[in-house]
Amino acid sequence: MSKQLQFKLVLLGESAVGKSSLVLRFVKDQFDDYRESTIGAAFLTQTVTLDDQTTVKFEIWDTAGQERYKSLAPMYYRNANCAVVVYDITQAASLEKARSWIRELQRQADPSIVIALCGNKADLSARRQVSEEEAKKYAEEEGLMWAETSAKTGEGVQEIFTAIAKKLPQNAPPSARGGRPGTSARTGVDLTKQATGAPGQNEPCNC
Amino acid sequence: MDEEYDVIVLGTGLTECILSGLLSVEGKKVLHMDRNDYYGGDSASLNLTQLYRKFRPDQTPAAELGRDRDYAVDLIPKFIIASGELTRILVHTDVTRYLEFKQIAGSFVYRDGKISKVPSTEMEAVKSPLMGLFEKRRAKKFFEFLQGWKDEDPATHQGIDLDKDTMKVVYEKFGLEPGTQDFIGHAMALYLDDDYKTKPARPAYERIVLYTSSMARYGKSPYIYPLYGLGELPQAFARLSAIYGGTYMLDKPIDEIVTDASGKFVGVRSGNETVKAKAVVGDPSYFGAGKPIEGGKLRVVEEGKVIRAICFLKHPIPGTDDADSAQIIIPQNQVGRRNDIYIAMVSSTHNVCAKDVYVAIVSTIVETDRPEQEILPGLQLLGTIHDKFVSVSSFYAPTSGGESDQIFITRSYDATSHFETVVDDVQNVWKRIIGKDLVLKKREVELEA
Repeated sequence: MSKQLQFKLVLLGESAVGKSSLVLRFVKDQFDDYRESTIGAAFLTQTVTLDDQTTVKFEIWDTAGQERYKSLAPMYYRNANCAVVVYDITQAASLEKARSWIRELQRQADPSIVIALCGNKADLSARRQVSEEEAKKYAEEEGLMWAETSAKTGEGVQEIFTAIAKKLPQNAPPSARGGRPGTSARTGVDLTKQATGAPGQNEPCNC
Repeated sequence: MDEEYDVIVLGTGLTECILSGLLSVEGKKVLHMDRNDYYGGDSASLNLTQLYRKFRPDQTPAAELGRDRDYAVDLIPKFIIASGELTRILVHTDVTRYLEFKQIAGSFVYRDGKISKVPSTEMEAVKSPLMGLFEKRRAKKFFEFLQGWKDEDPATHQGIDLDKDTMKVVYEKFGLEPGTQDFIGHAMALYLDDDYKTKPARPAYERIVLYTSSMARYGKSPYIYPLYGLGELPQAFARLSAIYGGTYMLDKPIDEIVTDASGKFVGVRSGNETVKAKAVVGDPSYFGAGKPIEGGKLRVVEEGKVIRAICFLKHPIPGTDDADSAQIIIPQNQVGRRNDIYIAMVSSTHNVCAKDVYVAIVSTIVETDRPEQEILPGLQLLGTIHDKFVSVSSFYAPTSGGESDQIFITRSYDATSHFETVVDDVQNVWKRIIGKDLVLKKREVELEA
């Protein structure tokens, strides 16, 4: 029997390291050299097929720029199953920022969250300021997944998302703390649906 | 901070965040700031650390309460009425995708010393101790009248003119007893006092219809509630704003509203930086609420005070069938007051506190100089209160519409039990800023790969 698992994935990292570009490459296999700061579409989904039996659907949350002045809402971290923390290999300071985002995740997110540290702009290795060894060592110390990617060429992008998909729990609901294995598993009420069996507006009192 | 904005929004309460979201979708360039390091302003939900910082700065949270992050304690006690305007805005703007809702399990009303469930089905109504047998028949006729009302069909009016006749006249026509009137006017139409009885009946009719249609929607009570607390609502609208280009700055002290010689808004000063914008929107606390006026302009006036007691319980409220959440209304007549006392209770089912903890907020509009005495009838219904955080807060309204100086001030959160007056304020402020009625547009469909 085939199954589809759904997970919430959040992106983090300093402005302009290529968070949105990475997602755009992953979701639509596109790249735009002069992409403006994120506007308009900050809720994307993409499915990764692991084998004949299993597909993993990522519900991807972009920061929508709220990271710029450290104003991300607790809602952003809530029930996140995995996080991609991005730095720019040509900017040493962006790795420092990534470290602080990882500390923030360890503080705010569920302890079971899967974190991938992602060195983007690998196509610009001529201007590299962050060595592979340094980033890899840090990732190992913190127990994070790590890879270098290029949203521009596509290098490593599919691979890192697939690796995350494989690392996520394939059986039990992903998070002990109310994480949503899939929208279909939502237990609450659906506002977009009218009540079943209760005819529309102006329904008289039942008394 | 060197850019110029269309609108600066001050305070991240729900009213401001809905406005910010809608303004951003409309294409306005918005800068949204808050002096606090958390979202929500007066409508925030706080974790234990934040709650103690606010109420007991000299103490640390009691360890036996459990993990800090399991708590999201609402500062204002409100629920979402299922068929109301806030629900419509949530659905139209599609922010429902960031939120998850649960029903509130029960709605209760206090009468003659005990509480009873507000009937939600015919079966419950027949069994309800709220009315005697004959009164039930009279009430049935009354509800049939409301249910059958059609503006265009005079045959359904039974001689009543909703726009001229008072609610008192309507009650008398059906011969309803004072106790039944209390229950209908306060537990269903959700009036806080009895002033409505001497006014034309239409608003009361509309409120009863809102209540009953909300009740019919999900069954157990007319209310729904967002998991992780009401503070999720402003966060969701802030995200909507950010997605449409809104800029967010928390933890930003606001030192001055800068105006030109004619008093027109120029910008907002924080420290020695001034950000310019065409207009400013904000909650009363950013415009002198609660501070002495020093030569400046009086921009907000106090309209009254609300007392709210946040109570931690280690058990459900007695008499509610162990409901995991409830509203209890104590109609003013029952306890010799002018304003109703409300109890709003939620629990770990709504991910707002540790397991086996129940958070009940008792509130009312202050009528005397001893407000804590006034909420005693509510506190007494709760059983043993494990801990209690009491606040008395003034509510403010702007002194002017803001069209002339481009300073648009929202209203404080009132004592009503749901968010409908918040939406009224959003619509009102929108019209003042934009000059047109708010028309909700459906958000574009997401990219689905």
